[in-house]
Amino acid sequence: MKNFDLKEDSLSSLNEALQAPHDHENQIDWQVTNPRGSHAIAVGLDAPINVSIKGSVGYYCGGMNKHANIHIFGSAGPGLGENMMSGKIIVEGDASQYAGATGNGGLLVVKGNAASRCGISMKGIDIVVHGNIGHMSAFMAQSGNLVVLGNAGEALGDSLYEANLFVRGSANDLGADCIEKEMKQKHLETLDSLLREAEADAKPEDFRRYGSARELYRFKIDNASDY
Amino acid sequence: MCGIVGLFLKDHSLQNQLGQLLSQMLITMSDRGPDSAGVAIYGEPANTESKITIQSDKQNNDFETLESILREKLDERLDICFKDTHAVIRANNTKIKFILELIENYLPRARVMSVGSSIEIYKETGMPSSVIDRFSIHKMKGSHGIGHTRMATESEVTTLGAHPFSTAPDECLVHNGSLSNHNNLRRNLVRDGIKIETENDSEIAAAYLTNQMSDGATLGEALEKGLEDLDGFFTFVVGTKRGFGVLRDPIACKPAVMAETDQYVAFGSEYRALVDLPNITQAKIWEPEPSTVYFWTQ
Repeated sequence: MKNFDLKEDSLSSLNEALQAPHDHENQIDWQVTNPRGSHAIAVGLDAPINVSIKGSVGYYCGGMNKHANIHIFGSAGPGLGENMMSGKIIVEGDASQYAGATGNGGLLVVKGNAASRCGISMKGIDIVVHGNIGHMSAFMAQSGNLVVLGNAGEALGDSLYEANLFVRGSANDLGADCIEKEMKQKHLETLDSLLREAEADAKPEDFRRYGSARELYRFKIDNASDY
Repeated sequence: MCGIVGLFLKDHSLQNQLGQLLSQMLITMSDRGPDSAGVAIYGEPANTESKITIQSDKQNNDFETLESILREKLDERLDICFKDTHAVIRANNTKIKFILELIENYLPRARVMSVGSSIEIYKETGMPSSVIDRFSIHKMKGSHGIGHTRMATESEVTTLGAHPFSTAPDECLVHNGSLSNHNNLRRNLVRDGIKIETENDSEIAAAYLTNQMSDGATLGEALEKGLEDLDGFFTFVVGTKRGFGVLRDPIACKPAVMAETDQYVAFGSEYRALVDLPNITQAKIWEPEPSTVYFWTQ
């Protein structure tokens, strides 16, 4: 295992090493100590490596991640895993606003709470939050699954395109065009595999599913004169 | 953008380090706003005395005048401490009004930064490190303090436009964000007899809370009422003689992190600001919820 101590090593030397393809042939396990809330740790990774971060991180950790497994032993600042493409990011603590925003793929697991705008404009990412999520989560979400073991904040799934939102706790304030939908067998199966992968102790049948009513984004001939 | 830090000590043994801890926190936030910086430090409140902190860009002339005027007009021993562009005058509570009148009449260029039994405010244009050095903030002692580093958005970069804003004895406020209804609120506050000095939106928030508290509200109640009346983006950190409060607007896009241990409550725009606080790894760390009032009193 290769260790970077951000008290001594620079952030750019860390990211350069993690992003350099030739370094990964014999080196798949990396550790980062003393992250001290630094911004943009382990961004733009493009190889199936394991990065273990021992402490809390600042803005944009794991942004644009592809293939890598990033494990944060602390909390994360705004923009965690933004525009993630694949791979896996796990945060042991909380995540600040817009975690997993615009994510195209991969799995983001938040073991604590996620703040506002979690999964905003998500495009295929799977997000599992063990705690609660804040307001305006999954705003304009296009595809993927957002799983919340706790409660969802105000205006969940506002202006939703597609994407499945699974909430075990309360979701009392749904956004425009977001409705509760039938939980079918295929959804229970998806949920079951996501919960397992996210090490979440919960039963799929305890969740409710929310999705798009498709009233807002589908063209309706009755509204033609409005355009 | 702007950066905010705040530290409210529960453990008296840390009071000697307040300035040093707060300075470190503020310097870490420098890249959130390099235009100007300021701090409010709350020292041990005196029962019969108050402090007036004033600032002048022409300190050599003005502070000489100040000293001679006060010597001439006051029949007691003078207690003035000069720190760069700022001066702190200590006097019996009964003399404060008179001294403020003298400052207004004889020192038209001087600005009153703060008045109160425990507060001192120092603020200037420039980076946090220079403001801290010029006023030796890192050597100051106290029970709580608030710092701000500014990236100006809606009014000019001047000393008076820097934070914290103080609109009543021992009260201060720092703000990250921008209010959208401050002109309306300003008209209402002026009508209520509140003195407003700048065009800055954050001063209006400070004056609004002052107005609420002068009507009998506690800091917590004033903040609660602020959620109804203040429109726009804000993360506020507010200080009173014995209190420390935090409030975020319902959208909560301006960042905030808090930490609490048996020894202190700390606020930072980012977690980076908190990393050198004592036992931070054992602290309870959380992001303050939108539309939720947090306040602590001694």
